[in-house]
Amino acid sequence: MIDTIAQHPMLAALIALVSLGVIFGGLLGFAAEKFKVHGDPIVEQIDNLLPQTQCGQCGFPGCRPYAQSIADGDAINKCPPGGQNTINAIANLLDVPAPALDEEHGEEEEIKTIAYIREDECIGCTKCIQACPVDAILGAAKLMHTVIVSECTGCDLCVEPCPVDCIDMLPVVQGIVQWHWPTPPATIDLIATSKMSSQEDAA
Amino acid sequence: MQEFAVILVSSILINNYVLVQFLGLCPFMGVSKKLESAIGMSAATTFVLTLTAMASYIVNELVLMPLGLIYLRTIAFILVIAAVVQFTKMFIEKTSPLLYRVLGVFLPLITTNCAVLGVALQNASKDLNFMQSSLYGFGAGAGFSLVLILFSAMRERLAAADIPQPFEGAAIAMITAGLMSLAFMGFSGLV
Amino acid sequence: MSRTWETPGGVHPPENKLQSMTQSIGHLPIPGTLVIPLHQHIGSPETVDVTIGQTVLKGQKLTTAIHSDNLPVHASTSGTVIAIDDHPVAHPSGLNALCVTIASDGKDQWIERTGIADFRRCGPLDLLQIITDAGIAGMGGAGFPAAIKLSPSNDKTVDTLIINATECEPYITADDAAMRGKTQDLIQGIEVVCHILNGPKRVVIGIEDNKPQAIKALRSYVQESSIKIVPFPTKYPSGGEKQLIYILTGREVPSGGLPIDLGMVCLNIGTLIAIKRAIVDGEPLISRITTVTGEACGVNRNYEVLIGTPISHLLTHNEFDENNCSRLIMGGPMMGFSLTSTDVPVVKTTNCILAPSHSEIPVDTPAQACIRCGLCAEACPVSLLPQQLFWYAQAKDQERLEAHNLFDCIECGACSYVCPSNIPLVQHYRSSKGEIRKANIDKIDADNARQRFEFRKLRLEQADKQRQAKREARRLVTEQARAASSTSQPGSSAADIIAAAQQRAITKKASPDQQKAKLERALLAAQSRLQEAEKRLIEATINGSTKQQTICSASVESARQKVDQAQHRLRELTD
Repeated sequence: MIDTIAQHPMLAALIALVSLGVIFGGLLGFAAEKFKVHGDPIVEQIDNLLPQTQCGQCGFPGCRPYAQSIADGDAINKCPPGGQNTINAIANLLDVPAPALDEEHGEEEEIKTIAYIREDECIGCTKCIQACPVDAILGAAKLMHTVIVSECTGCDLCVEPCPVDCIDMLPVVQGIVQWHWPTPPATIDLIATSKMSSQEDAA
Repeated sequence: MQEFAVILVSSILINNYVLVQFLGLCPFMGVSKKLESAIGMSAATTFVLTLTAMASYIVNELVLMPLGLIYLRTIAFILVIAAVVQFTKMFIEKTSPLLYRVLGVFLPLITTNCAVLGVALQNASKDLNFMQSSLYGFGAGAGFSLVLILFSAMRERLAAADIPQPFEGAAIAMITAGLMSLAFMGFSGLV
Repeated sequence: MSRTWETPGGVHPPENKLQSMTQSIGHLPIPGTLVIPLHQHIGSPETVDVTIGQTVLKGQKLTTAIHSDNLPVHASTSGTVIAIDDHPVAHPSGLNALCVTIASDGKDQWIERTGIADFRRCGPLDLLQIITDAGIAGMGGAGFPAAIKLSPSNDKTVDTLIINATECEPYITADDAAMRGKTQDLIQGIEVVCHILNGPKRVVIGIEDNKPQAIKALRSYVQESSIKIVPFPTKYPSGGEKQLIYILTGREVPSGGLPIDLGMVCLNIGTLIAIKRAIVDGEPLISRITTVTGEACGVNRNYEVLIGTPISHLLTHNEFDENNCSRLIMGGPMMGFSLTSTDVPVVKTTNCILAPSHSEIPVDTPAQACIRCGLCAEACPVSLLPQQLFWYAQAKDQERLEAHNLFDCIECGACSYVCPSNIPLVQHYRSSKGEIRKANIDKIDADNARQRFEFRKLRLEQADKQRQAKREARRLVTEQARAASSTSQPGSSAADIIAAAQQRAITKKASPDQQKAKLERALLAAQSRLQEAEKRLIEATINGSTKQQTICSASVESARQKVDQAQHRLRELTD
């Protein structure tokens, strides 16, 4: 049989390639079934790096939807509370370049702020309680509301809904316990265009 | 025994596929930014190379030669390579989604990696037997891994170093690759 | 002679110890005010127990405990409490901390002291409680509560007690002076600790060979059978706990572990003397031996200083010349930190005040680029790779820093000392350690916030489901009621029911007057809110940041819009 096919080169070529294709296609189909993938664990890993303030400044209603969007290819520089550190960490995870923070979504805050309710002016309307994404405000209808400082993430979603505008965002006081040594200044610039000196100029 | 040692030394060091024959430069430059992804990529490519060398030998011996279809070698080998790469892709996606994510488009691009096709075609043109072909394939993969891992380790250090701006990124990487290539050319005449 | 091992690395800076050992331990006159910080140890501070204006006696406890890692502070002399507030303290940050300020009355009157001469009759736990109540922290510089270090643990027995008499850092001679001047107190302190630890098999005093007089003094009081005195060659930094353990026993404390893991406890000379004072004399920790040295001070000497003495008091009594002093250092030249003010008080861990002249310790030359010489790796006593740590500290690569054991660095300064480019390596490592710690705390906070968010989502979903269920139930009830009513009144139809509902709605609707009043009230409220917003905008323009101004102007805008809307609605109604 081989000889007959060998005598008709066109036919030989056709049969050879088609049969090879069929064999490999069959093998791949079998492998596709065996190695089926469910779900997307990448989203979990990206979500672990986000700061969980659930503030919505990235344009998504929470950190997990933004993590999902990053897994689908969205830009990684939309999170102001996370700042440049979070952008670098996500870039490291996904092996993509780390861009600067997208100012459109907000600026990176140097000092963390915590919400504070001026209790004299509070009318007990519960609008801020409904707005807080981590339930950090204690209170009930027609009763005093107050912010639980240890749970507040500083997302400032409660400031808008307050009808008497009695919520302030106060900076957290950094005492001796929170202090740590600052980075020493960079070494002297021998080359004007080196990375360290351009980072210093940008900073 | 000695023959196998010669084949391995030849394909890993003397005729290194990346730095001496300049094949497979695309993943070499593209996946070498992080050590972990480089290790993953080199493992995948070695797997593909060995399997391809074996499969292409079988296809060549059993289908192409008897039917006198030598001129279809390139197409047939590409078919084999594509199937093997697709299989590798599915395997990696299942076992390590992060690696799959990190390799990104470079995983299916192993199909067009000229080193893989180069190994298959070189084996066929040199008329080697099955053992020798597979060893060449494995040696090519090992040589690729060696160079890729070394290069990515260097690139990681370069990323943290204080490089003048005009040289950052691809420029300093190319210079480094050139210097590595010079070093590997020193192996010529070893065997 | 016992065998000693040699630690890797290390440097030999000039010792400069002879200047401060020409006289015996001195005593200073009692300062006018004493500033006693509440937080002088590793752990959390206690709460203040005294009030302003209260008279206190020498050795009186000023605080009460709330947690198990608390350590009290005591009044160092008799007098009146004049302030309990933030005051500059000796900390590299230069920040303030809560302190009790006492104005001394000069009488130096003690509280009633009950010493236990026969301490062997007491159980270890009672003795440990006395040590805690005396406020004894590690006086070698770390400040770890001594009682916690000596507490028995269920699974680890102590078979070796090591007394750290090394004092490897240049200039400091406080322990040397204590060994020569208070030898008997020291030996008694060792006996107390041996009793607390239930008689460890080995008791070793590790001392550098640059202190021959101290070795002689110790040998004259100690029976070699019970306590071994082991001198070893001088090298910096042999005085670190882990380094000393290796030198004396050849065993390494595992990374991230403690000496107790090897069955060893290591205590400083000053701590042992304080323990003796607390148990045998009944005196809490209110003074320590501090070296005052440096060319900018006319007198270099060791003093027994009251805790809380302002540094200025020490300096004035030692002919301090401010113009000659390049900077004031608390601690030694390798591990000490610069002080920004002389108001800061001496605390339990102040072993030295160093006032060098400009020629002695000149101002730092600026750092240059790393030339990869590798001298730092040769000098590191912990066998780390300072060059790699520096590289990754500059790149802020947290993962790689931890992989290179950044947290095993003891911050001794040997690498910075040998660096030919004058790179402040230890500062880089300290900064990286701080950033990593902060990042870990932020991670825990973020995980906590995520949990609360997920729980809130769950709670809202459940509330929603309950509401749905209730609505369903109500709907079923009304349907059944309608079915029941339709069977009893065949005349009712859908149209009748709708008409009845519309009738009810019409009667409920407010009269036009009531509506107008309501809208007028709404308008007034909107106008008052606008006034408030405008007031805040003016305040922000005067003394607020640009961000505050933008926020205020935005809220003024929205308030104005609401006023317009209210006016519009009112006009619609009246038209």
